[in-house]
Amino acid sequence: MADLYVGKTEEFGDRDRKIIAQGTLEIGVFHVDGEFYAYENNCVHQGGPACQGKIINRVEEVIHETEKTAHGLKFSETDVHIVCPWHGYEYNVRDGRHPGNKNIRLRPFKVEIKDGEVYVVV
Amino acid sequence: MDTGIEQVKENPIKEITTYTDSRDILAKARQQADERNFDDIFIADIDSHHTETESWREIIAYIDDPVVRAQAEEMVLHRSGTPPYGLNGDLALRYQDVGGRIPHQAARSEKVDESEIKKVGHRDIVLAKRAYEAMSIDIQVVFPTPMLFLGMHPQFDMEAILGKAYNRWQVENILKKDPKQKTMMFLPFNDPESALETIEEFGDAPGCVGFMVTSVRYKAVHHNHYMKVYRALEERGLPLGFHAGYYWQDPFMMQINRFGSMHALSFVWCNVVHMTNWIMNGLPERFPGLPVVWIESGLAWVSWLMQRLDHTYLMRSSEAPLLKKLPSEYMKEMFYTCQPLETDHIKATELTFEMINAKTQLLYASDWPHFDFDTPSVIWDLPFLDEESKLNILGRNAQRLFDFSK
Repeated sequence: MADLYVGKTEEFGDRDRKIIAQGTLEIGVFHVDGEFYAYENNCVHQGGPACQGKIINRVEEVIHETEKTAHGLKFSETDVHIVCPWHGYEYNVRDGRHPGNKNIRLRPFKVEIKDGEVYVVV
Repeated sequence: MDTGIEQVKENPIKEITTYTDSRDILAKARQQADERNFDDIFIADIDSHHTETESWREIIAYIDDPVVRAQAEEMVLHRSGTPPYGLNGDLALRYQDVGGRIPHQAARSEKVDESEIKKVGHRDIVLAKRAYEAMSIDIQVVFPTPMLFLGMHPQFDMEAILGKAYNRWQVENILKKDPKQKTMMFLPFNDPESALETIEEFGDAPGCVGFMVTSVRYKAVHHNHYMKVYRALEERGLPLGFHAGYYWQDPFMMQINRFGSMHALSFVWCNVVHMTNWIMNGLPERFPGLPVVWIESGLAWVSWLMQRLDHTYLMRSSEAPLLKKLPSEYMKEMFYTCQPLETDHIKATELTFEMINAKTQLLYASDWPHFDFDTPSVIWDLPFLDEESKLNILGRNAQRLFDFSK
């Protein structure tokens, strides 16, 4: 196990990220709503650069509770996704999982904050 | 002193956008190619695309008809929004990039220096080269994109007018300048006479390895008008490709409200109809020397249609009297491009490969830069293929089918 130094917390704005590399291993470190998350920059689908894609809220369909009629789409107020720019696979930034199949998951890494500095444990 | 803390490098590209260099977008494809030694094997990509409307000002200069050419130039030079003169189709109903989530589908606005263009001859070649070198592709067959709708053009003659202009532009500006790029020439299929003229004009052109029909059209492939077209191709030993597309105005497809649904169905349906007519009307018996290639419908449809047609044919053989064997046996003698390869049900994928005789009939295709492109690793990493099959599918089958020396 080794700690990879990513940078100071103050270097990250909200919904900001860094893509760090140790040899051939690339890791995306994300800062969303005050929390840090880290995943291997390797899409489960075809090995694309998933962590270098769009950060965008999950899309939800508005369904009337009792009538079950559809009333358009909206962005989730809570779920934030990162999207692989190769083919569009989406992953929840908080757990790295695909919304339609929880077994499709980016490889996560633990993030530690020490004295205002961000480290990824590999 | 060992602190247990390792320094890392930082990738300066935080987010890939439409302005990102193709080599950076495909950096992981390059890595995959290096890990698998793709530079040591022959890889032919039988379906890639450029966005020909980016070069529309150049293309319209090749229009034969002086009045149409003048109209085109006037529109392209002076009209607000500079629409690509003459093109039909869903120009603003194209959501392939999923709202900007897949930027390389939307646009490639990356920086290209004038010196690079001068060196290779055209911006399209610079872009193509960046991508095919990243994927370790040795030969790339390139097709247009918005022109894939031309089969549905309401003006009868426009398909041939624009198709010929595009072919001439492609020969002069792409194919003559980049020996790694080839094409199956755009065939204006709605007009068999123009199709024949096109075969005459371009059959021996540099980089022409066959001819391509855009599959979105309502003209039955077994109509007697087309027999002279098939004979001309057969005599020249040039394969005929059917390139799939979607058509939102198709009466049945008009029920669909999401592009993903359209992609799943319409890109397949056009080739399902053409294949069915091709088989049931005995065209493989009439033109046994004409290789047919089915492009960009994936593969899952083939095993489904084989089962449907065999089942039906055995009950109603009097309706297909030219057939001397099962429809599926003809279908496994045809050629298929693999993309977009459905791999999420791997047992079904394996069975499909077996049913279509993929070892000799399947051709790798990237479809780059479109949203569902496949890298060569998609074939290489399949768990059920032996090495010879992988090498065949990635390049040797295409090498046997096409004359890449042109």
